[in-house]
Parts: sequence; C-alpha cells; structure tokens
Amino acid sequence: MVVKHTGLDRLILALNAIFLTCAVLVVVVPLVYIVVASFMDPTVLLNRGLSFNVSDWSLDGYQMILSNPAMIRGFANAVLYSVSFALLTVTVSIFAGYALSDERLAGRGFFMIIFIITMFFGGGLIPTYLLVRNLGMLDTVWAIILPGAVNVWNIILSRTFFKGVPRELKEAANVDGASEMKIFFQIVIPLSKPIIFVLALYAFVGQWNSYFDAMIYLDNSNLHPLQLVLRSILIQNQAAPGMISDQLAMAELKRLSEMIKYSAIVISSLPLIIMYPFFQKYFEKGVMVGSLK
Amino acid sequence: MEVKVLDNTMDTQKGTGRALKDRTSVSHRMQQFKKHYFLYMLLAPALILTLIFKYIPMYGAVIAFKDFSPIKGIMGSEWVGLKHFEKFLASPNFDVIFMNTLKLSFFGLIFSFPVPIILALMLNQVRKAGVKKNIQLFLYAPNFISVVVVVGMLFIFLSPTGPINQIATWITGQPIMFMSEPEYFRWIYILSDIWTGAGWASIIYVAALANVDPELHNAANLDGANLIQRIRHIDLPTIRPIMAIVFILAAGGIMSIGFEKAYLMQTSMNLPSSEIIATYVYKVGLQSGDYAYSAAVGLFNSVINVILLVTVNLIVKKLNEGEGLY
Repeated sequence: MVVKHTGLDRLILALNAIFLTCAVLVVVVPLVYIVVASFMDPTVLLNRGLSFNVSDWSLDGYQMILSNPAMIRGFANAVLYSVSFALLTVTVSIFAGYALSDERLAGRGFFMIIFIITMFFGGGLIPTYLLVRNLGMLDTVWAIILPGAVNVWNIILSRTFFKGVPRELKEAANVDGASEMKIFFQIVIPLSKPIIFVLALYAFVGQWNSYFDAMIYLDNSNLHPLQLVLRSILIQNQAAPGMISDQLAMAELKRLSEMIKYSAIVISSLPLIIMYPFFQKYFEKGVMVGSLK
Repeated sequence: MEVKVLDNTMDTQKGTGRALKDRTSVSHRMQQFKKHYFLYMLLAPALILTLIFKYIPMYGAVIAFKDFSPIKGIMGSEWVGLKHFEKFLASPNFDVIFMNTLKLSFFGLIFSFPVPIILALMLNQVRKAGVKKNIQLFLYAPNFISVVVVVGMLFIFLSPTGPINQIATWITGQPIMFMSEPEYFRWIYILSDIWTGAGWASIIYVAALANVDPELHNAANLDGANLIQRIRHIDLPTIRPIMAIVFILAAGGIMSIGFEKAYLMQTSMNLPSSEIIATYVYKVGLQSGDYAYSAAVGLFNSVINVILLVTVNLIVKKLNEGEGLY
C-alpha cells in the first residue's frame, strides 16, 4: 500500500528536496572550489577568482608541492605513524578484548574498571608530557604511537564481539587438541576480520588527521607528519622551509604560499578521498557497532 | 588421538587409580594455568600501557599542589597546597578564559545538537534508496577532512581577499575581517563544526529511523495523519532515547572542548574570544614551562567536567523516568 500524500505533504516533500540539495551544495561547493583552485594560476585566482578557462590553469602548484622535501617527508612520516599506530592499537585492543571476554580470566571485572576509569579521569596534558619526556621518548615515534595505543572503547567493542563467538566452536577445537593460542590465532582471529578491519580503519584515519601529539612531542622537523607540514603551509603561511632558497620579493613569496595551499590540501587528502567511497559502509558500521551498549 | 588417551586410561585404571587421579589433577591444574597464562599474556600489553600512560600521569597531577621543579622531581618538590588554583581563580584571565570555554561549548551544543536530527528526519523522507545513499555519501565526507585542512580552508575562504569577501566587498564596499574580529570567532567555530560533523552525526538517527515499521506510517496515514503529524508522533518518539544519550554525552563533555581546532583558529587579534582553558594550559605549560600552574588549571577543568557529567546524568535521569546513562 502506498502512503497517500495531501497537498501540504507534497509541499513539505518538495521543500525537503530543496533543503537537502542545499545541504549537499554547502558541503560540496567549498571542496570543488579547492580542487579547481588547485589547478589555477594563483595570480588569476587572486585577481579574478575561479576561472574555467584552460589558459588560466597551471600545474605549478602541484609541481611545487611534489618537489617540496618537507611535504614528501611529512607524507612518508604520516604513513609510518598511521600504519604502525593502527597495527599497535588494534593488536593491543583485540588481545585485551579477547582476554576480558573469557569467563575463566580471574579478576575480569577489576581489570575492566581499571580501563574504564581512564575514560573519565586523566592526569591531563602536562603530567603526560612530563612522563613522555622522562621516558626519553621526545622526538621518537614512540611518543606518537604509545601513549594513545590503548583505546578503551575498542577494548569494549571487541570484548562484546568475542562474547558473541559461539562457545561450541572453541570447545570443539579444544577437544581436537588445539591449544588456547591456536584457538585464538587460527579460529577466533579469522572470524573477527570485519571488526579488526573497522577498528584499524578508524585508527588509521584518526592518526592521519591528527597534529597535536606530533606538535608537542616532536621538535625535530624531519619527524613531522603531514598535518604539521600542512599547518605551516596553510595556517602559518610559510611556504614550507627549504622551499625558498634566496630572498624573494614579498609579492612573490605571497604568490608562492598561496599557490601551494590548494594543491597541498588536495594531495594530503588524496589517500582518504580514494579510500572513502569504498570504505564508507565500514565506517558506518563502526558508528553502529559503537552505539550498541 | 583422543580415543587413544581414553584407551590408555581404561587399561591402567585398576592398578594405579590413585596415582592417576593425582596426575590428572596436577596436569589439569597445569592446563588451567596455561590457559590463564595465555589469557593474561593477551591482557598484559593493554594493562601495562594503561598503567604507564594513564595512571602514572594521574599520580603526576599532584604537581598541581606542588612547587614543581624538574630537578627535584615530582616527589622532591615542595607542597604548596592550593596556591596555583588560587592564583588561577584570582588572575584577570580567569573570567575571560572560563567564560570563553563555557560559551563556545554551550552555544556549540545548542546549535550543533539539532542539526543531525533534522538531517536524519529529512533523509528519512527520501524514498529512492539510491538517491538517499548518494546524499549520505556527500554529507558524511567532511568528517574525514583533518582539522588542519578545515581551518586552512576557513582561512582561505574568509581571508580579506577570499571568495566570501569578494562578495562582501561587492555588496558593502569593504571586506569583513572574519578571522581577526573576536566577535566572529565563535560563529565560525560552531558553523564549521556543523559543516564537518553534522552529516556524520546523523548516521545513528538515520539507522534508527530506518527500523521504523512502515505499517505504522501506513496505519497513521489511513487515520488521516499528515506528514508532519507522522514525523511528530512516529519518527520523533523512535529517536528520542538516542537523542537523550547523545545529549548527555555532549553536555557532560561541555568543558572538555578540544584544543586542536581552537588553537589553529587563533590569531593574535581574536584571542579575547578564542582563548579557552585547553589552549591556555598548553601555552602556560608547554610554551612558558610553568608546569605546576598549568597542571592545576588542567585539573580544575577535569574536576568541573566530572561534576558536569554526573549532574547532567542526574537531571536527565529525573526527566527521563530513571533512564540515564549509568
């Protein structure tokens, strides 16, 4: 049966369509602007705005950004930090989640409380910083990946997931003589691929997009991840160190720094833009799993 | 293999029954230990990392009550009681920073909270699944743009020569100084937050609405209920429990507003409204090296946070007939 619409309903539905179109435009227009601007000659952009005339276009921005050593190093660092962070945090959380899901682990409740407390209380920025410094981890990868490696939310999620793995499966394997370790690595882990994938995806994106930890823990600019390099280009208006070899006129400096902004945004977002349409359903899944209590 | 073991047991059961029993119980215990040993091994990394990186800093927070000197260490530094807290409360910065933090998150909550709900209700009216999916694909996308890029885009679009000001100049004759006028800071912050997060935040509502039985709408329609009435009496009650949870979480975190975006958006001109507790702690602590004082400010903030979370939960529990978060 089809719902019958009154005249008023039809008006509302039409308005609804218009509003949603506007919402999509509000999201899309700024992004399209950045992409188009990244292909434009900065002088034209500055004086006349966007132009779809091919003669006003140039690839100089991309050329500059791709030949910028800081940017390339930042990209490589970001890949390194994001991949290792995702591997570490997912491994640690899945392990702990599995242990805590097993009724034979004495003191489960107590351990759970230890983890959950950290969701609500924390020592704060300064004591954490002092600890990392005392451990000699400043200016090392460890400062980026270790302090945040335990994600309590992920532990809770994976624990809930493992509780759903049928007992009979584990018991059957046990009867067949498989050790606990074998059961975990050869039966439970393969079953949990989807949840592992979702958690890893979130960890990767979170690390890729963050700059704060790197800003406070990494002084050495050779270790800076992409977001910190972007920050100097986009917000501090530095055309990235090493890019300008000799004194240039202010106007030229401004032109350069404007030129690379757009291409820097596009290049830095590329991995996520490519991943996004394929993985959207996994990301959504993550939200839904997370909302279960 | 299992059968073999059983056969052996049967054969020797008579003669060495007692010895066997002991042996099995010992090996049983060994087995149990091995099992547990493995489980504890799995738990250990998370536990150790948590103790080191979460609990040691909690202990480290006592420097808020001490005259901390890095040479003497946390233990060796002298106790000064509430000196740092008094200093913060008495400082001329306090009112400004405290109110900035409160206003930014309070207005942020008020304006950001309804948007995902409205979006979800609107998306729910889109009948063609393909169209709905595509709209969602676009609306969710900004969630994956990093805060550095979002703020970078704000600077680009709102700069005195940027596209928005090109329009503004055309209309009013002069550009608007968006990023340097303190009065604009909060609006830019909140609106760009909605731009980034509202679509993504609607997912949970969209999913709940998709689970509503279509028969319910059909029946209401037969009874003469129009679209607005059906949304009010069917859709809204469906998502009300989720709204409550989302609201408690947001309201409880009202003082823990993030450092990352506010810090990036700060310019020397907009500081009167953009300096919040988190950025203040960073500047005083890590940039000026006044560790103890800034740890005290941070601790002050966390305490308010916990109080807020508990209070909001109590209020919602009262209003929601005993259904709170915990």
